[in-house]
Amino acid sequence: MGNDHLGKGEQEHEHPKHELSQHAKRIYAIRELLLEKGVLKEEEIQRQIDYMEARSPANGARLVARAWADPRFKARLLADPRAACAEMGIDATSINEFVVLENTEKVRHLVVCTLCSCYPRPILGRPPDWYKSFNYRKRAVVDPRGVMREFGMELPDSVEVRVHDSTADIRYLVLPLRPAGTDGMSEEELARLVTRDSMIGVVDPLQEIPEGNR
Amino acid sequence: MPRGHHDLGGTPGGGPIERAEHQLEDWEILADAVNQALGAKGIRRTDELRRIREEMDADVYRSMSYYERWIASAENILIEKKILTREEIDRKVAEYEKRWGNP
Repeated sequence: MGNDHLGKGEQEHEHPKHELSQHAKRIYAIRELLLEKGVLKEEEIQRQIDYMEARSPANGARLVARAWADPRFKARLLADPRAACAEMGIDATSINEFVVLENTEKVRHLVVCTLCSCYPRPILGRPPDWYKSFNYRKRAVVDPRGVMREFGMELPDSVEVRVHDSTADIRYLVLPLRPAGTDGMSEEELARLVTRDSMIGVVDPLQEIPEGNR
Repeated sequence: MPRGHHDLGGTPGGGPIERAEHQLEDWEILADAVNQALGAKGIRRTDELRRIREEMDADVYRSMSYYERWIASAENILIEKKILTREEIDRKVAEYEKRWGNP
């Protein structure tokens, strides 16, 4: 393990800071055996670490802001999300089936993975802990309005809510509704309104750029 | 067909959603990366990992943290595919415990 290339935490792999669980220890053993047997190469593991470090909700926010600013881009994003991502330099090719869900005044979409944790990782990065929690997985499909309320969005009954349960092959991204009063904003400013949670669908985007982020 | 323990959608008892997020530890990042690297090489597919996780004993499943489940499912699939054996993984873990100490 002397020649780890595991980024910032490199030193810690030799002597973990605190005791690892029995399960956690096994990944170090598995990794080393896979390297010894030539099943994986160190670079292949490192490439995945680097790839995930480069993913963040900022990618999704750029897509959304472009879609808000350019109706033709929006049409392409809805029709062929992977191609639209490629236009923006975002690699979404690892997603088998990628669906972008457009929120409107009348319809809000909510994304969940009741069976586990499928999530548009190439766009948004790793899912937040709450997305993987048993309570979210249990409730999103039967009480989506209650979940939204908990996250701070109260929807009138006149707005329809559609819940989308991910599978191993399908990933969903919500295209939030553009807030009113943002006509004069640049694409960059618009992107700052787009939160991760608004692309999962639990809330609407911010109504204005938060102070300190202007 | 009885409902699997992983199949949580709509099951009763869902409480408030805990929103605090934790910073990933090194072993979690490694678990994620090894799994993705195995996927990128076509050694395992998402549905296979899911099957393994879903076949886990319900109490074991619930007792594990998220990335612990990933590790356990990667291990089982590597054993199922005869790429690794349980014994050699156990042996390696024992070596680490010796080297790291086992507080």
